[in-house]
Amino acid sequence: MASLDRVKVLVLGDSGVGKSSLVHLICQNQVFGNPSWTVGCSVDVRVQDYKEGTPEEKTFYIELWDIGGSVGSASSIKSTRAVFYNSVNGIILVHDLTNKKSSQNLYRWSMEALNKDSSPTGVIVSNGDYDREQFVENAVPLLLIGTKFDQIPENKRGEVLTRTAFLSEDFNAEEINLMTGFTDRKRFNFKSLHYD
Amino acid sequence: MSFLVDSVIMFTSQVLFFGFGWLFFMRQLFKDYEVRQYVVQVVFSVTFAFSCTMFELIIFEILGALSSTSRYFHWKLNLYVILLVLIFVVPFYIAYFVVSNIRLLQRQKLLFACMVWFTFMYFFWKLGDPFPILSPKHGILSIEQLISRVGVIGVTLMALLSGFGAVNCPYTYMSYFLRNVTDSDILALERRLLQTMDMIVSKKKRIAMTRRQMYQRGEDQNKQTGFWGMIKSVTSTQTGSENLSLIQQEVDALEELSRQLFLETVDLQATKERIEYSKTFQGKYFNFLGYFFSIYCVWKIFMATINIVFDRVGKTDPVTRGIEITVNYLGIQFDVKFWSQHISFILVGIIIVTSIRGLLITLTKFFYAISSSKSSNVIVLVLAQIMGMYFVSSVLLMRMSMPLEYRSIVTEVLGELQFNFYHRWFDVIFLICYSIWEESRPSKSQP
Repeated sequence: MASLDRVKVLVLGDSGVGKSSLVHLICQNQVFGNPSWTVGCSVDVRVQDYKEGTPEEKTFYIELWDIGGSVGSASSIKSTRAVFYNSVNGIILVHDLTNKKSSQNLYRWSMEALNKDSSPTGVIVSNGDYDREQFVENAVPLLLIGTKFDQIPENKRGEVLTRTAFLSEDFNAEEINLMTGFTDRKRFNFKSLHYD
Repeated sequence: MSFLVDSVIMFTSQVLFFGFGWLFFMRQLFKDYEVRQYVVQVVFSVTFAFSCTMFELIIFEILGALSSTSRYFHWKLNLYVILLVLIFVVPFYIAYFVVSNIRLLQRQKLLFACMVWFTFMYFFWKLGDPFPILSPKHGILSIEQLISRVGVIGVTLMALLSGFGAVNCPYTYMSYFLRNVTDSDILALERRLLQTMDMIVSKKKRIAMTRRQMYQRGEDQNKQTGFWGMIKSVTSTQTGSENLSLIQQEVDALEELSRQLFLETVDLQATKERIEYSKTFQGKYFNFLGYFFSIYCVWKIFMATINIVFDRVGKTDPVTRGIEITVNYLGIQFDVKFWSQHISFILVGIIIVTSIRGLLITLTKFFYAISSSKSSNVIVLVLAQIMGMYFVSSVLLMRMSMPLEYRSIVTEVLGELQFNFYHRWFDVIFLICYSIWEESRPSKSQP
């Protein structure tokens, strides 16, 4: 079991967007009935067959590290969270489609997570402001997930989808939008995360 | 003519306060949420504006600014408006938003909101019965009836917050109580945290792998027929799931441990930052202030106890008494009238500013702690209600801190409220809260 390769993926986003529910759904294939606030970090594991059915099939453990808290937390919480950001293979950014601020805060979340990665190698160019250059050269793949899509009234859905399309372009990320109370397992397809 | 000028001044200042409340709402309270119902923001800013106007009128009373008739008029007007907002508008909107959140009652939102509001009014009215706050000659809908009840709630809130502040104040301000935290302590804790996370991960991997194998075997199992096949399938899944539940229990325990470690690490980091801060100039200044505040807290507790034990209600305010002491005992002669005005202005000003600032900061912390994107509207309105009641009651209590000649405006409008009752009530609740908070505080200062 330990001989399988591990893949560490962070799940980041504001409080209440649905990270814990998402992780539970991916790993347990069940809807999470009783979500409560995540204190610190909660990890869950999924066994995934990469490139199933092909000769290069390989089985991986995908560890989803769901980190709680908000982007405006006290600096003591931020420095404690930083220990979880080491050696990350991928980041999932989760935002709430009914709340614009949660999408805007994703910039700060990604800066927080990526700056930890890049500090040993290079100089931190920006002073905390969003810098698009960093995302272009970024070696860590990003996946953008929007939740609570069904809570948006029908007429506003087009505008929300355009906004998130711009957002995913900024991050150079793939994008998926989810409903609340989803039970359909086939909705997410982790084969879209490519590892070199 | 002067009435017009005064009204213009009052109106401009109200607009300024409204703007300040609006900004505060946008920048501080709702900075992580989208404002979709502007009515909430308007109601909050209106409550804030009218509360601040009350304080402003008191300051004007002390300074003697504006003519006395226009002051009186505006005071009454302001009081009516704020009572209207606190008793009719805010509770109604709270009821409305709470009802909107509940799916079952979506159809008749207004009707249900009105019903909830009537229940609120009923309990609000009943609140006045056990307290000896009014003399019986007042009518039903008089302003004294409403203010007296608002006052009771507000004074309870003030005493709660003061009690909590008095417990926390020495520990927050003074660096004497800070434990010594080194970098290696923090690193050691972080290492333990990561190790715990790794253990959780490896156990979860086992669970996931076992489940996957069970699932795969389960599919084969279904093809097995016959008596022997059934027995085998029963026994193997039994041990499989027993194993699983055992590991799951271990994982739960480890997760609880990881949460504790995380919180401890955050605590240590916060202490380390406070230690660094206390070495700076600003830190030393706050430390110094902390000593004064702690002495003030101790004095307040002492006075509250004495007031209750000896059944005494202070008749003179600190300003007059301080001046009496200086004149009579220290023999320093000075123009009493002039100084009493200025000193009371400064004292009252400080009380107002610190109470507004303190309340806004506490409300913000409270809001961050409990709000979510669904309930943010309701919570902000509840906070607006608390804020309004708090400010109204601080006006009631502030009457005690002012010399006699300035109390007239408050006494005139509010008539014959039993002010002494409020002071006694405040002392009682303050002491009770102080003892409760003190007892329940986990003792952090270790040698």
